[in-house]
Amino acid sequence: MLRIENLHAEIDGKPILRGLNLTIGKGEVHAIMGPNGSGKSTLSYLIAGRPGYTVTEGSITWNGKDLLALEPEERAGEGVFLAFQYPVEIPGVNNVYMLRAAVNGIRKYRGEAEISAVDFLNLVKTRTREIGLKESLLNRPVNQGFSGGEKKRNEVFQMSILEPSLAILDETDSGLDIDALRIVADGVNRLRSPDRAFMVVTHYQRLLDYIVPDHVHVLADGRIVKSGPRELALELEAKGYDWLLEDAA
Amino acid sequence: MATPQTEVSELLNRKYDAGFYTDIEQDQAPPGLSEDIIRLISRKKDEPEWMLQWRLRAFERWQKMAEPEWAHVHYPPIDYQALCYYSAPKSRTDAPKSLDEVDPKLLETYEKLGIPLEEQKMLAGVAVDVVFDSVSVHTTFKEKLAAAGVIFCSFSEAVREHPDLVRKYLGSVVPQGDNYFAALNSAVFSDGSFVYIPPNTRCPMELSTYFRINAMNTGQFERTLVIADAGSYVSYLEGCTAPQRDENQLHAAVVELVALDDAEIKYSTVQNWYPGDEEGRGGIYNFVTKRGDCRGRNSKISWTQVETGSAITWKYPSCVLKGENSVGEFYSVAVTHHRQQADTGTKMIHLGRNTRSTIISKGISAGRGQNAYRGLVRIAKSAENARNYTQCDSLLMGSECGAHTFPYVEVRNASAKVEHEASTSKISEDQLFYLRSRGIGNEDAVNLIVNGFCKEVFKELPMEFAVEAQKLLNITLEGAVG
Repeated sequence: MLRIENLHAEIDGKPILRGLNLTIGKGEVHAIMGPNGSGKSTLSYLIAGRPGYTVTEGSITWNGKDLLALEPEERAGEGVFLAFQYPVEIPGVNNVYMLRAAVNGIRKYRGEAEISAVDFLNLVKTRTREIGLKESLLNRPVNQGFSGGEKKRNEVFQMSILEPSLAILDETDSGLDIDALRIVADGVNRLRSPDRAFMVVTHYQRLLDYIVPDHVHVLADGRIVKSGPRELALELEAKGYDWLLEDAA
Repeated sequence: MATPQTEVSELLNRKYDAGFYTDIEQDQAPPGLSEDIIRLISRKKDEPEWMLQWRLRAFERWQKMAEPEWAHVHYPPIDYQALCYYSAPKSRTDAPKSLDEVDPKLLETYEKLGIPLEEQKMLAGVAVDVVFDSVSVHTTFKEKLAAAGVIFCSFSEAVREHPDLVRKYLGSVVPQGDNYFAALNSAVFSDGSFVYIPPNTRCPMELSTYFRINAMNTGQFERTLVIADAGSYVSYLEGCTAPQRDENQLHAAVVELVALDDAEIKYSTVQNWYPGDEEGRGGIYNFVTKRGDCRGRNSKISWTQVETGSAITWKYPSCVLKGENSVGEFYSVAVTHHRQQADTGTKMIHLGRNTRSTIISKGISAGRGQNAYRGLVRIAKSAENARNYTQCDSLLMGSECGAHTFPYVEVRNASAKVEHEASTSKISEDQLFYLRSRGIGNEDAVNLIVNGFCKEVFKELPMEFAVEAQKLLNITLEGAVG
């Protein structure tokens, strides 16, 4: 279970999160919505451990473990995965080679033996087919020269290989046309399981037509200002965020 | 900078201060350079008169020359009269008596590279009689090479056994007076390797392992001459991924390559001389002149280098493209960490028609390392339709290091096509975080990125060496980020 309590965080002295509370249980899919600049990406980064943020108050625990005390790679070892809004390009680093290093990094953290080359290749083959990733992208440098849609699909592909127990999708729908969106959503839905928690960050409710959440939260001004069932997203689409912001203020 | 420089000069002078006194009977020359010393070197090596005269002419030239100061490197003045120019096989007075006396960091590196214990002793210069099982390997190689008609021997042996070849080609690529350090080398060179590949012969093996075993006693003034006769091919590998310690601080080697019609020489170097400690104390000065002459039509010379060692590196492996359609290539990875300085690059001199050259240079600076790329592309009037492509990338790790680029382009023929691309980047926090968020540790993430950066060069190395070079790079840059 992911438990975030009274989280206050700032970057360069500028407060972004101001007392955020959120709980996501095993097997649940939570959508985080909210206007630009409300702190959605910051929240994703804080869970995954991006350097540069200062937590001034509050806590993030995952299955009882204090995530804030762990390095990003240790959090990955604990089952945390972040699908980036803007995946970076890493020239010269082979996509699959990187992924194998990741799998083995996580296994090492868990005290498990390295994956055999055969097992790994079989896994890659299966997931490539499931996610619909172009095979030619496997041995290209990570994200280099990928189209916007290919990058997002590559994120979901990586997620399917690493099989996290807490998956965070940061605006995975941004920049996707409707076909790409459906393919990415199919990939995510395939990974839904009673053992896996999802936090889906999105600006538009459109994605939630495909990835149907159990709960919807509205993040505004660094706090969760409203939570509700799936229908809340539809209401937001109809009414916008302003009415909530006025309530919150 | 004052402190380390003083200490370096102390090191330079130490032998002298300690009264490194000389008894010619003991095979050690007094410090200092004079005609007498050169005569002594030549006599000790049992050289013919012509070789002695050649050395003496070089010495004469050297005396009239001044040490170059244009390179982007800084070091205290070298007192050439305080250096020792002959000791055979090696001065053992300063050598460690056992591995216990060797810098533990060096041993750690050997461990990581998986170097066998006996070889570690040899590399670290431990003063014991190392029993090394090289004789059988040696013999097998010799037989195989001899069957192909390939000559591969020490330079001294070549002077004695193949004087005609040596006299014909020695100094024909790098003349005695080419530059200060080449002149010095020509006067006092200790030993080195000689390779001759007969016409239409493909050398049956990479000349590598053999060299690794053989190269240990070549000393500080190494001389290498490789001749690929018409239609032949050779891949030559110099150096060793294991850091080598040497009590001689100044290294001034000369390498000459000659490729005749349709011949190809691939020359790969992994240079990992002792770089000094983290403050730059005690590292090697590596001032090297390397040049290849594409003398024949359709000939090709390809330089690949991975430079991770030495306190100061000053070298520009170059190609003179005389033959029509000849090709010159230069692939380089140069790393400077801690206080290391490197000024390295290449010269591509296009003289013949349709000559082509490629330059791929990757500079990595970490710690307080200073890394300069210096390259010249010259297209002579006679070089109709010459082409050059240059790519020059720098990677910075941390905020105290430096990368510098000095490209020179001289074009005297309007048909030339010359391209130059350059980039400077830092390992970005975003890239690191991306990899770490996938479960890859910080150090491994840096290694992935650095190896990715160097990939174009590593793929030019012979397979087995590429793996070693990659490992070496990772070890060299340990702790450079974060």
